[in-house]
Formats: sequence, C-alpha cells, structure tokens
Amino acid sequence: MEQMVNVFLMGKKYSVPANLTIMGAMEYAGYQLIRGCGCRNGFCGACATIYRIKDDRELKVCLACQTKVQENMYIATLPFFPLVKQIYNINEIRPTEQIMMQLYPEIYRCIGCNACTKSCTQELNVMQYIAFAQRGEYEKCAEESFDCVMCGVCSSRCPAGISHPQVALLARRLTGKYLRPGSEHLEKRICEIENGNFKELLEGLMQKPVEELKELYNNREIEK
Amino acid sequence: MYTQEMLDSIRKVEATRQERLGHEPRRMTESEKNELLYKYHPDYRQDNFSVLKIGPNKGDKVPDELADLLQGNSRIKDEEMDLSKVDYDVDVLVIGGGGAGASAAIEAHEGGANVMIVTKLRIGDANTMMAEGGIQAADKENDSPAIHYLDALGGGHYANKPELLYKLVTEAPSAIKWLNDLGVMFDKAPDGTMITTHGGGTSRKRMHAAKDYSGAEIMRVLRDEVINRGIPVIDFTSAVELILDDEGKAAGAVLMNMETKEYMVARAKTVIIATGGAGRLHYQGFPTSNHYGATADGLILGYRAGAKLLYADTLQYHPTGAAYPEQIFGALVTEKVRSLGAMLVNVNGEAFMHPLETRDVSAASIIRECDDRKKGVSTPSGSGVWLDTPMIEIIHGEGTIEKRIPGMLRMYSKYGIDIRKVPILVYPTLHYQNGGLEINAECLTTVENLYAAGEVAGGIHGRNRLMGNSLLDVIVFGRNAGKNAAKRCKEVKLGRLTLDHVSRFSKEMEAAGIKSSCISPKLLPIYTRRHDK
Repeated sequence: MEQMVNVFLMGKKYSVPANLTIMGAMEYAGYQLIRGCGCRNGFCGACATIYRIKDDRELKVCLACQTKVQENMYIATLPFFPLVKQIYNINEIRPTEQIMMQLYPEIYRCIGCNACTKSCTQELNVMQYIAFAQRGEYEKCAEESFDCVMCGVCSSRCPAGISHPQVALLARRLTGKYLRPGSEHLEKRICEIENGNFKELLEGLMQKPVEELKELYNNREIEK
Repeated sequence: MYTQEMLDSIRKVEATRQERLGHEPRRMTESEKNELLYKYHPDYRQDNFSVLKIGPNKGDKVPDELADLLQGNSRIKDEEMDLSKVDYDVDVLVIGGGGAGASAAIEAHEGGANVMIVTKLRIGDANTMMAEGGIQAADKENDSPAIHYLDALGGGHYANKPELLYKLVTEAPSAIKWLNDLGVMFDKAPDGTMITTHGGGTSRKRMHAAKDYSGAEIMRVLRDEVINRGIPVIDFTSAVELILDDEGKAAGAVLMNMETKEYMVARAKTVIIATGGAGRLHYQGFPTSNHYGATADGLILGYRAGAKLLYADTLQYHPTGAAYPEQIFGALVTEKVRSLGAMLVNVNGEAFMHPLETRDVSAASIIRECDDRKKGVSTPSGSGVWLDTPMIEIIHGEGTIEKRIPGMLRMYSKYGIDIRKVPILVYPTLHYQNGGLEINAECLTTVENLYAAGEVAGGIHGRNRLMGNSLLDVIVFGRNAGKNAAKRCKEVKLGRLTLDHVSRFSKEMEAAGIKSSCISPKLLPIYTRRHDK
C-alpha cells in the first residue's frame, strides 16, 4: 500500500499518494486541468500555487508541477494574475534611466518589504533586480532576473503593485538588443550568404546521390 | 534521495571517473549504428504501428495512437454549425501560440496583414518554452551552411527534403540576428562573439544558447513582441476543424472555448497551422518531455482537410529524460549536459558509448544497455543509466554548472540532488515529432492557402532531428510562413465557407469499415485517476 497524505485543494480534503507533485495530486483527485498547467517542467509559470501547512504561520508559494505534496497542505492555485504589461516599440526605446520611469514608474514606490523575493518560486532575488532597474542598471537586472518564469506570484504579494516580471523582461530585452556587444562573425556570415557565397556548394550537395553524401558525412572532420 | 543500490553504483562511477576523463570513447561506425537502431529504437517496433485506411496517406504506417486520432470522429460531427455567422474575420489565422506561431504572427503583421493567434492554452505554453540546449547556426569562421547541411542530412538519415534543409541552414544566421535584435540575450564573450558548443551529431560548435533557458528566453521575447504589436491572441481557445471554401482552399477554422465549450467561427484568407508536436500521446507508453498540449492536433486538422503527412512514423526519443526521482520522470535533461562533457555510464561505472552520438543512436544505445545488457540502474519506474554530471566542473572549472545549466541544477536540487557532486539517472523520453504535415519551401501544405510551420511540419529533419535544429526551425519556418501567408492573402478571394470535407471524411471512415469511439483532435491528455487505471 503506497503511503498517503491528506491535502486540501481549495479547502476540500483529499487523500493522495505522498510521492505526487501538487499537480499530480490534483489530477489524482480528479481535476482535468485546463488552466494552471503548461509545460509541467518548471519553465512556463502556468502553475503558480500558494499553500500553507496547517498551523504554520508562513504562507508558502511554489510551482505545482515542481513541488511534492505534504501532510495537511492547504493549496490554492493562481492560474492567472493580472500583471501590468506596458506597450512599447523595442526599436524606438533606448536603455536610458528614463524609460523605466516612463513605462513602469511604480517601481519607485517599492517600500523594501522584500515580499517579492520571499515569494519567488524560482528563488530569485526579486527586490534586488527591481533595485537595479530603478537605478537603470539593466544588465544587472537582466542577469539577476534571468531564470524568471513570469508566474506572477511576486506581484501578487507586492504592496506597491509592481509587475516585477514585466519590468525584468523589459530590462532583458534592452540588454539583449542594446547593451550587449554585437557579433561581428554573425554579421559577416549573413553578408556572405546574401552575396551567394555558399549557393554553389549547397546546390552541389543537394544534387549528390546518397552514396556520395554518406561518404562525405562519415568522413567529415569533427571539431574537437 | 538515492537508494542504497544507487549509492553503491555511484561509488563505481566515481572510481572510474578519473580514468574516463582522459579518454574519449570511440564513435560508432555506420553499420554499428544501423544495427543498433534497427534492434533497439522504438521507431522499428513494428507491432506498435498501424496502416492508415483512409485519407491522403492511405497505406502508410503511423503510431497506433496517432492512427486512432487521424481516423477518429470530428468533435462537431453532430453539431449544426452556422458558417455564415462569423465571429472573427481576419487575413491570416495562426493556430498555435508557440515559437513558430508567434514568429509567423510577427512577420505576418510586419507584412501588413490583419493577423490573429488562437491557442488552446496561453501564448507561450509550448515546447519552445522548454527547449533548453540551444539553437544552431553556422556563423563561425570554421563553419559554413554547407557543413551544417551535411550534419543535419546525415543525422536525418538522408531523408530531409533538400529545399527545406537549404532554407534552414542558409537562413539560420539571420534568424539568430533577428532574435538578437528583438532582445534575446544569447550567451556571448565580452567582445560579442557568440559562445557556441557541440550538440549530438554536429561537426562544428554551432550551438548558440541563452544558458539552459534558450527556448524560454526566445519564447518570452516573442510573446512580448506579439503583445507589443497588438496582435490579438485568443487564448484558451482551440481550433477543432479547419474550414475550407467551396474550391477546397483553407478559409478559416471552427474554434472552441476550452472552458465554456462554446463554438465560434473564424474566417481567414490564409491559415497557418503551428500546433507543435505529439509527446502527450505517449507513444508506446513512453514518458514525455513535452508540454501539456502536445497532442498532434494540427496533424488531425490538416489530415481531415486533405493535407498530406510526411514521416509521421518517426519520433524522437530524447536519450536523456530524467529516470529518477519519480516526480520528474520523463522531464528533459538537456543535451547541453553532454555537450559540456558529462558521459553516459552504466551501473558498473563503464562509459558504454560516445556521449555525443545523434539522439536516435544515443537513445537506442541506452535502451540496449538497460534492457538487453542489464547494465542499467533500477528505478521505481524501470531503469536508467548515469549521466556523470560532476565531470563538467572537473573539465571546465567550478561554477560552470551554475553558470551554464542553472535550470538543471535547480530541477534536481528541489529533490535534494546536487548535480555538481553526484551523477543523475536518465532514460529515453518521447521528445519530438520528426515528421508532420508535408510542406514546400514556402511552408505551404498540399492544401491551398494552408501553411504549416514548426514541429507540426515534416521533412526538414528527415527521420531524426539534431539538437538545436528545432528552435531554429520554428524561427526560420515560422517567419517564412508568416511572410508568405501575408503576401498570399492579398490575392485571395474567398468562396463560400464549408465543412463538407468533415462529413466526407466521416463517410470515408464508414465505407472503410472504421468504427471509432475516439474523438479528435484530442486537445489535452487525460491524467485523472479515473481514466488512468
């Protein structure tokens, strides 16, 4: 007999196998998920979940697909959270300090409570990356926030109404587009292709019989 | 976290590690690979395939689970649909909100078309989001699109459609630049040089990455760009049938609200299917690394409307799915772990193969090691072999794992496993649909005005895809589909909308003696206990 635990899904009690994830437990209980389930591997942020272990004061957060059930776990899912996403044209904006002020001025209302960091399902230092954004240090904000899955739990806990994941996304796009150096070898190769440098070689390959291609493939030099 | 038996085996892995470090295992010869694939790769287990009795691919074999859906009943079989009541009227309808769908929508918008995305979950709930390892492009001095071409062709068993592969490799560098200019943060050296590594079957280091969140980084930027452009995204809404016009050209789709089950009609001058793969069909009982919605819907929609499939019988089993702990059974362990030097090692600590063979060969080799040679490590769900992750930091220095594969570090640390210190257990997991709807170089299927892009399309990768060519394919062909559909819609004069092809298909089923209780497209897998047992 497998070991069972009691969990409370939206307050209702179910007995489920102890080795299941919260998502697995919901399905075991009979929920056919539509919302609150995406990649099932911790990348998409669809299954943000808030829980409390009975008699524990601390409210915990997690991704339902990545977290094992525990005895007396009270579970509420957060399949959608209304983040504020400002519209901008990435080609027109620049990585200036003012751009954050224009698009996400609420970040300057941060009161330093650190609830965002405490609630991050990816264990990121959210308040720190918001601080970087406030100072216009977008590269640092981008690095610090890189593993964000945009589940929105941080924003649900924020007394200042900041949409942290959207601030971070803007910082990352500014970093990727404007702050990181361009790649000379990439530009060069694109030019070469546009000039038709590889056309003949490729068309030659496309017409070769399979036996000849096999010969080429099996004897090709492999970079160490 | 590991059992005593596992811990005992880890000691053997540790004992051989030093010796293995200095010695690269031999790569297999062509005949060794062929024999291995024939005997152990799931694609060759004939008793798990059925021959299609009707439709454009009548006489071809496909996996049993797919055959049931392709020859299943339409959801609207008994519905009275009023096609004159149009809920959405657009130039370009994109079905699917993953990497290919988003790229297509952006380019269609750029091309001046009135474009709309429908997706049965949220935009970004897609395999693109989960692609960890990277994206290929031959942009280094010692590399060329021709070498990229040859690598992909040999890896694909020479079955790739040449004109598609030509497009893939020649448009790869510009795809990288497009993403970079949208703000994707690729791993770069301080001077801007892209940091590139090997993938299984590559002969040059051309794997570009954004840590091990490559797909997530690309997807969240594309999603943001779709929203910035004001492209409507109708989420939690699936397409359940294509609509054709009276000349048999694609002209829209019947949509269904996933929550309220309400039906709606979308009329469009061109339709792009970008619905992704099929891992959630769990072919041959395999676990999958795929996202929740990977149920082959696009193949069903297209097939019923008369679109031909290509290589629908070839699937990719990613060699390194998590075999343990159970909570992450089947989850992807990125190939980048092997690119960075981790070896595949059996229960006795022996490196039984070169870690960077192509995916099909690697998967077959692991299956042989576990099933036939009995040199796997037992797990609650079967068995697995070791992926010796501590080698990475011995080779590249301390801190490499946190810097280059933070997602992997995090996934395992949640279960008390520090991959810097101990190896992990892996076994093949259903990962990718190599085939799909047949397309030409314009991304057109065999149905007029019906385009396909991304994993749902077939032919680009032949019978086996290399790592890093899928993220590339969704961008290159997604963009092409969007551009071409936008151009085409300017010349389209829509005729009368019809669903006659759906009733015709149903009659064909009857005539062929197919009695099916299956309703398709499947839309979502069913994991509730009631159905599980």
